[in-house]
Amino acid sequence: MKSIRTILTVTSALCAVGAAQATELEVTHWWTSGGEAAAVAELAKAFDEKTDHTWKDGAIAGSGNTARPVMISRITGGDPMAATQFNHGRQAEELVEAGLMRDLTEVAEAEGWKDIVNPPSLLDACTVDGKIYCAPINIHSWQWLWLSDAAYKTAGVPVPTNWDEFVAAAPALKEAGIVPMAMGQQGWQQKGAFDVLMIALLPNDIYLKVYSDKDAEVAAGPEVAKIFDAIDQARAMAADSNIQDWNQATNMLITGKAGGQIMGDWAQGEFAIAGKVAGTDYHCLPGLGNKNILTTGGDAFYFPVLNDADKTAAQGELAALMLSPEVQVAFNLKKGSLPVRGDVDLSSANDCMQKGLAVLKDAEPLPGADQLITQDTTKQIEDLMVEFFADPSLTAAAAQERFAGIIADAE
Amino acid sequence: MAASRPLSLFRNLSAKIAAIPMILTALVVFVGGTLWTVAYSFTSSKLLPKWKFVGLDQYERLWDTRRWMVSIENLFIYGLCMLVLCFVIGFVLAALMDQKIRFESAFRTIILYPYALSFIVTGLVWQWVLNPEFGVQGIVRSLGWQSFTFDPLYNADIAIYGVLIAALWQGSGLIMVLMLAGLRGIDQDIWKASRVDGIPAWKTYVFIIIPMMRPVFITTLVLVAAAIVKVYDLVVAQTGGGPGIATEMPAKYVYDYMFGGQNLGQGFAASTMMLLAVLIVVIPWAYMEFGSKNRG
Repeated sequence: MKSIRTILTVTSALCAVGAAQATELEVTHWWTSGGEAAAVAELAKAFDEKTDHTWKDGAIAGSGNTARPVMISRITGGDPMAATQFNHGRQAEELVEAGLMRDLTEVAEAEGWKDIVNPPSLLDACTVDGKIYCAPINIHSWQWLWLSDAAYKTAGVPVPTNWDEFVAAAPALKEAGIVPMAMGQQGWQQKGAFDVLMIALLPNDIYLKVYSDKDAEVAAGPEVAKIFDAIDQARAMAADSNIQDWNQATNMLITGKAGGQIMGDWAQGEFAIAGKVAGTDYHCLPGLGNKNILTTGGDAFYFPVLNDADKTAAQGELAALMLSPEVQVAFNLKKGSLPVRGDVDLSSANDCMQKGLAVLKDAEPLPGADQLITQDTTKQIEDLMVEFFADPSLTAAAAQERFAGIIADAE
Repeated sequence: MAASRPLSLFRNLSAKIAAIPMILTALVVFVGGTLWTVAYSFTSSKLLPKWKFVGLDQYERLWDTRRWMVSIENLFIYGLCMLVLCFVIGFVLAALMDQKIRFESAFRTIILYPYALSFIVTGLVWQWVLNPEFGVQGIVRSLGWQSFTFDPLYNADIAIYGVLIAALWQGSGLIMVLMLAGLRGIDQDIWKASRVDGIPAWKTYVFIIIPMMRPVFITTLVLVAAAIVKVYDLVVAQTGGGPGIATEMPAKYVYDYMFGGQNLGQGFAASTMMLLAVLIVVIPWAYMEFGSKNRG
């Protein structure tokens, strides 16, 4: 018994000594594709250079659907990392409510986040009961249609300028042996495309009625039926794209094997890494070219509560660093996303990013789907879309009926 | 010391003390965990367990979900085929192996070998074997038979049989070894007697040997049935549940909704249904198997 006690004392003393040294912060995220990894490297570099601490990279391969369960079980299981990525919105809602996430209000006040974060809805999504729990790092928007110039040149048709032209051009592409639309066979990509169509082809209030007010009648109504017709067309156009990951789909565009892809602005990082130039090698249409709109979702870093005072201090430094102007520019240029503060110089940004900035300036901001519906509802819609895309015998009308059922049950 | 007979509780004390950790594990982890799961399946727990009672809501939603119904149907098809084919293939292989053939141990090793691979490896291997461009179909077509089509993993109607092939390849070796052990346990005199009586070999197998191997069959049944209910990793590695939701399994539904969908209540309800299904099979069997003996 005595010896056990001695061992315990010695080990706890050792732990204390270890913590007093320069701290190492483990940061988990799911940024593993080429463009994403380059962006994370910028963050790590800034953290290593500008502070005394070191960045320990905890990348989890696979999409967020694979990574999030790992992150959450580490936090709830008592082995939290120092910082972790989530899409801000409702993904970490319960972790915050359970008191597992650190309150960043002090850091936010010291750095004046309230004044610099633009649009302010980003910070609102981090706020629970008046306290700030996350550091928004970028603005991502889903509503982009990416088009491969090479594919349209081969098919001999002009590059479309909106969704309707894109659909109309599909037969010509098919004849030339090109897949009209690239789409990874993963639920989150298919559901993402569905949401994009709903936002781009319908007035904003329909989208808000369905996802924000959870109005099942609107979800079953004639307006949303149009979206199910559109996703039915997308299914036909994407029938030959036998791939899984989104960056494989983007690669089909880069190599001219597919005409277009609905994907968020992170796809741009892949074009950049491949050395493609916006406007000549590829085109991008915010709001699918039909509507001047982008939602303002994105990534944010959450900082789990830690018992270690040194690490807690380092967390604060990391949070402040993430919103500093230099890091915002360096990170977002690589990532292809937009910075969360309006006061930074982005003249080095390319064509597509400039378009995005212009849209954000004019249009009224619209919250992303992640901010409106729970993960549970998201998962149900993903399951529906996976089935819909794989099974041509499932009609648009039948799918809409089930969609309305999901919305009726949503919280 | 006959005057004070020790209390039965303290008889064989050291053995009982030694068993305490196992008894505690069984009670707290298995029984306790099961009861907790069942209780929380009646709540609206999302990411974290919360005691907010909602009655049978989770179950109503579960049985209303198309993906769950497909999962159950798949488990049923997979389970039935797996059970029958595993027994038939395993027993036939064992009977062939028992004909005093040459290089028996070499054959036995080859057939048992797949069992040494995990389901993840099995799934990935068969994903490639069944891939239309690089696998069986590609090879046969390159030999000249251009119209040959064999792509079960890309056809939603038969994808579950693609998974079944991989599972059989992996699992039947073990069944063969168990059956072989059973066959070797049969007294040689029985064979001699049946030969003297002029009974054909197949009749000896069906009417004499198989009934004598009952204990081996029961063990095998338990092993196969447990493997069927918990099938998860094979599907994840081989098809990811696809194409669409054609090869989804109940265990995958539980995982996806508990962690991916952040809906513990729904996951618990699904796992409770899985438990119930197992109990419906196990209880009558256990009653028949052990109940009568205890009384007799």
